[in-house]
Amino acid sequence: MKKYFACFLLLVSAMTALCACEGGTKDPEDNTKGGAVVVGITQDLDSLDPHKAVAAGTREVLYNIFEGLVKSDKDGKLVPAVAESYEISADGTKYTFVLRSGVKFHNGETVTADDVVYSLNRCAGRLETPDPEVQVVAAFSVISDITASKGSDGKDVITVTLSTPNTELIGYFTCNIIPKNYDNQAKSPVGTGPFKFVSYKPMDSLVMERYDDYYGTKAHLQKVTFSISESTDAAFLKLQAGNIDIFPYLTVDQAEQLKDKFNIEVGSMSLVQGLFLNNAVKPFDDVRVRQAVNYAVDKNEILQMLNGGYGTAIGSGMYSTFGLYYDSSLENAYPHDEAKAKQLLQEAGYADGFTFTVKVPSNYTYHVQTAEVLANQLKKVGITMKIELIEWATWLSDVYKGHNCDATIIGLDSQLAPSDILKYYIGGSTKNFINYKSDDFDAKYNEAMATVDTDRKVALYHELQKCLSDDAASVFLQSPSLMVAVAKGLTGYTFYPVYVQDMASVEWATK
Amino acid sequence: MKWIRKGVAVLIAVLALSFVTFLAFQILPGDQAMLKLGTNATPEALEALREEMGLNDPFLVRYGRWLGGVFTGNFGESSNYKMPVTELLWQVLPNTLLLAAISILMILLIAFPLGLLYARFPGSAVDRTGAMLNQTMMAVPAFFLGLLISVVLGLWLRMFSPGAFVSYDESLSGCIVYLIFPALAIALPKAAMTVRFLRSALLTERAKDYVRTARSKGLSENKVLLLHMLPNALPGVRTFIGVIVSEIIAGSIVVEQVFGVNGLGRLLVRSISNRDYNVVQAIVLYIGIVVLLVNSGMESE
Repeated sequence: MKKYFACFLLLVSAMTALCACEGGTKDPEDNTKGGAVVVGITQDLDSLDPHKAVAAGTREVLYNIFEGLVKSDKDGKLVPAVAESYEISADGTKYTFVLRSGVKFHNGETVTADDVVYSLNRCAGRLETPDPEVQVVAAFSVISDITASKGSDGKDVITVTLSTPNTELIGYFTCNIIPKNYDNQAKSPVGTGPFKFVSYKPMDSLVMERYDDYYGTKAHLQKVTFSISESTDAAFLKLQAGNIDIFPYLTVDQAEQLKDKFNIEVGSMSLVQGLFLNNAVKPFDDVRVRQAVNYAVDKNEILQMLNGGYGTAIGSGMYSTFGLYYDSSLENAYPHDEAKAKQLLQEAGYADGFTFTVKVPSNYTYHVQTAEVLANQLKKVGITMKIELIEWATWLSDVYKGHNCDATIIGLDSQLAPSDILKYYIGGSTKNFINYKSDDFDAKYNEAMATVDTDRKVALYHELQKCLSDDAASVFLQSPSLMVAVAKGLTGYTFYPVYVQDMASVEWATK
Repeated sequence: MKWIRKGVAVLIAVLALSFVTFLAFQILPGDQAMLKLGTNATPEALEALREEMGLNDPFLVRYGRWLGGVFTGNFGESSNYKMPVTELLWQVLPNTLLLAAISILMILLIAFPLGLLYARFPGSAVDRTGAMLNQTMMAVPAFFLGLLISVVLGLWLRMFSPGAFVSYDESLSGCIVYLIFPALAIALPKAAMTVRFLRSALLTERAKDYVRTARSKGLSENKVLLLHMLPNALPGVRTFIGVIVSEIIAGSIVVEQVFGVNGLGRLLVRSISNRDYNVVQAIVLYIGIVVLLVNSGMESE
């Protein structure tokens, strides 16, 4: 199998080198058609109902159709969307949103306070007959009341009251607003975004069109098609044949081969990618062993091998998008030091090293490749890491839910709330798949979430990251880079710190 | 009477097959509710969804429910695509069947002339070169051949545009033209096998007495080959082709993925990883019936 693969790589690169001479394939007429763009994606959509969509690959597509009360801008700041403004009470127990007037759903209906209350309740699992397929936002469990009223100027006001103070909940109000009296969301979704849904064909494509009644800056493109491929290889062929204009998940090699035909833009995946160690099983129940693994890993090599030098090494469970809350001083907490790793292993009684198995979801080629690089690095200090590829469904039930593994490699994404990315380490939580246990961490986490004062909050989040780093809770590797192929002539492709493919800002440059 | 017996045998085999498939998903790790709700789901939400999807019922109850549906023509709903399984299959099955039809046609068109040619001149230079070519074709993995065709015929020679597949319901002619290329990837290795089988079947006949008799009657070598040897070699070849045909109709997973064909094979893989039981059951049932019917039809009496 390895041999075939090598042959195949060789052949493909040789062939692409030859093809590259042929020049652009884009029909120049396309540029004048008012703009149609095909975006390649490698995952079919798991639901068209935004509250039921779980996969990041689905949410990044639906972002163009739906909006929340607020939405993220390209710097990770929350800006008003369906709400025109918002206010958080000083004690962090009351959120007030003033609705923008005249916002229209794609079916022509005006967005009412009823629709907003319904959407929030649906996301919070507070409807009388909840739909069990709706992914309930766990953070919304602190909501005790959602009411609509009229402001002094006649505008609709939504007031959300919390039972316990939480100053970070605003990050979750990106929860999409959908019409209350519409029950065909899963087949023909209706939202308020800059694009409206046209059609969806399983395993084939989703088509959307510019929504001309959008309240904000209207999209440039007339039509966007998200074309589904089964694998990056299949998508790569489509790219080369000129059937895809934008493709967001290039590997370094692919980017290298495409750079003459496409503009390659580099952003960040905004993930905490890590080699997550099960703190409850031997030998990782010993902090010295976890630290040794940390010292044995060379993050720079990983950045070189997987991202061609792009991406950012991290030292704890957060990445730089979180701004003030992010503690960059930890990035070098465990410099690459094999001697130190060996010494720590000896102290822990593993002078001859040990063997463990890492379970990696096979559908994420990126994590699989990371595993291969890591296995090599750990070998040098005497640790044998066996790689076991498992299906995503198995990962979810075995590793995530069952905590049944020595270690795993995965990327954790997050809402725009610092508590969200750190929720995986709370003692006893079902999300704590690495069985990390620190009373100090738990106490500070709860305090941080409720703290109103920014300075104190920042200090607490820094301490939380320090906890994870000091305890070597896992090996926090990097926030990987994202390489995107964008057809020449297209401008405005924007990276976001959350998983979205924003097509509203993209346009064909005029000739 | 014989047909009734055959029909009953097929029915029993299909029932057993569906039961085993159902059972396989019991053993396979992976929780459908967890897949739908993802990493942020609370245990209560998971439980509620499991209850709603009927996953909490005992295995036999669920199997019985499914089987009852099938007998009344209801294959249930796809949990992933939220549409009736039959509707979903209608979107992909014709694509796969078209692909299969073109592939089978190609196999026959390639295999018979070549097989006859090699058997006509065994040991000659033509035969020896042919054998080498055959060996190569049989050894190439389908995905590699698929990529080769995509790159050479698609990207270099611009005979088609890889990935620009159009479904049969959008444009039948466009669909057929595109499918010629994936069909080639399916047909070449299978044709190579058929050539080899046909050649050796013909050569076995060649040593038999009736061939000598035919020759001694003064028939030309060509006539002996076509009128005497071929009809006698056919039953064996027919069974062999039957196996190939049922394999192809079941959908070529790899080739469909490489060429982006919206077909049964792709749907099957995707439904397995999504634990979309109803779709998998329906597809397995379909494949089972096709294999059984083709085989019992092709079997020499």
